[in-house]
Amino acid sequence: MIRLARGLGALLALTLPFWLANPYFLHVVIMAGIFGVLALSLNLLLGYTGQLSLGHAAFFGIGAYTSALLTLRLEWSFWLALPGAVALTALAGWLIGRLALKLRGAYFVLVTISFAGVISLVSVNWMELTNGPLGLPGVPAPELGPWSLRAKSAYYYLVLAGVALSYLVCARLVGSRIGRAFLALRENEPLAESVGVDVTHYLVLAAVVSAGLAGLAGGLYAHYTRFVSPEVFLFTYTVTMVVMVVAGGKGTLAGPLVGALLFTALPEALRLATSWQWQMLAYGVLLVLLVFFLPRGIVPALAAWRARRAS
Amino acid sequence: MTAPEGGPLLRVEELHAAYGPVAALRGLDLTVGQGELVCLIGANGAGKTSTLRAISGLLPAARGRILFDGRPIHAAEPAEILEAGIAHCPEGRRVFPYLTVQENLEMGAYVRRDRHAVAEDLERVCTHFPILAERRRQMAGTLSGGEQQMLAIARALMARPRLILFDEPSLGLAPTLVETTFEIIADIRRRGTTVLMVEQNAYGALRMADRGYVMETGRIVLAGPARALLDDDHVRRAYLGG
Repeated sequence: MIRLARGLGALLALTLPFWLANPYFLHVVIMAGIFGVLALSLNLLLGYTGQLSLGHAAFFGIGAYTSALLTLRLEWSFWLALPGAVALTALAGWLIGRLALKLRGAYFVLVTISFAGVISLVSVNWMELTNGPLGLPGVPAPELGPWSLRAKSAYYYLVLAGVALSYLVCARLVGSRIGRAFLALRENEPLAESVGVDVTHYLVLAAVVSAGLAGLAGGLYAHYTRFVSPEVFLFTYTVTMVVMVVAGGKGTLAGPLVGALLFTALPEALRLATSWQWQMLAYGVLLVLLVFFLPRGIVPALAAWRARRAS
Repeated sequence: MTAPEGGPLLRVEELHAAYGPVAALRGLDLTVGQGELVCLIGANGAGKTSTLRAISGLLPAARGRILFDGRPIHAAEPAEILEAGIAHCPEGRRVFPYLTVQENLEMGAYVRRDRHAVAEDLERVCTHFPILAERRRQMAGTLSGGEQQMLAIARALMARPRLILFDEPSLGLAPTLVETTFEIIADIRRRGTTVLMVEQNAYGALRMADRGYVMETGRIVLAGPARALLDDDHVRRAYLGG
């Protein structure tokens, strides 16, 4: 049953541009994919190690700016610039991890918020590099051999590949010894230490991978919208990621993707259904209801429901 | 003090350790002989937990030495100390609540690389604690207090330790379970694993131990055979309630 659903989902995902040619819907799906990568990234920290990064938009933004600048200023190919963006954000993740994860908890939250604030200010004020608030227009669309991936239907597949790659990275990591260590230190840190888990080491590792994935999302975003401005550092992005992870089900692999799809589509659906004054209100009410009735998130609730039916 | 039989497995010399500016251990000396069951008693804040944390590498030693089997371990990482053969059963929440019983046991062997031997040990532990075998796929958080304690002890055994450090094994358990827990610990020692135990329940601990140490403000103030400590006036007054 679950296998059938998975196969059907994969088939739908792979053929989507053929039956959903409408560019507006395609745009929503592409954004859901980019947010899916971001939610997977945040989930690695929040869901698996229990550390809340409230500056995750910083990693997203650094990825976007790095990839854009590498292609614009150094004229790197997109296929080199994107890994470059991932590498630089992973480095930033390492730095923040080393700085903040010795203390963790509330300190980590504060350090990540401040980090995002500082990076955002840099993006506004370092005119020579970032062009300040005017942003960087004309970020090139990726090319694959003779083809440009500028068309939404083509870019969709690139984002889909990014989502699949991020999912695989998370799944491999979580399923390994390392993932077991993540869970152990989230559940009972003193006990994890006592069985030989080097807590700081693993938290930094989680921060590095998480930041790298957020950088991947940033790169994908930059070459999709083909314009990068300090807006990428908005706190709203971080909040959206947290909502997606928590509502979808933190600490599950599918949860962040479900959350990303739902919370990218929901505001759009509400825009169609109601007038703008009511849109955010309805969004808020739905969110409260969701958290109230499914406090552990959609995916764990579904899993619990299936387990109940099976027994 | 009687000389520990077979030479000391663990020797702590002049150990100093602190949490930031607060000194926890001020020149601690103790030894644990091969095959012994030694208990450490003392009031809250005397430094009993800190002693165990320092031995297992979780609290860095500022001064002094810790020798395990003759080799210095006071500068080693917790994982290295565990690999050398010292397992630590910390106080407080004893299990990983959202991992299954089996996963909890596997975490005990986290630093071990010999997977086949770990799988064998898992079976052995399950035969030894049938209640855990029954609950193998259950979340550890759903176990009763006594079962969680059993799981914690079994998890420590999964590291194949030569020395186990128990921190307050009876804390928060019903009186009958305290008895069971002490029996399990005595049994572990009978099977050849050396035990160093910290206990609030001084009477119960001293009754089963070979030797005992009394700690006050970061150092040992009294040491001797457990029987002798049970009869000691100071110990009776301060720790045994008359």
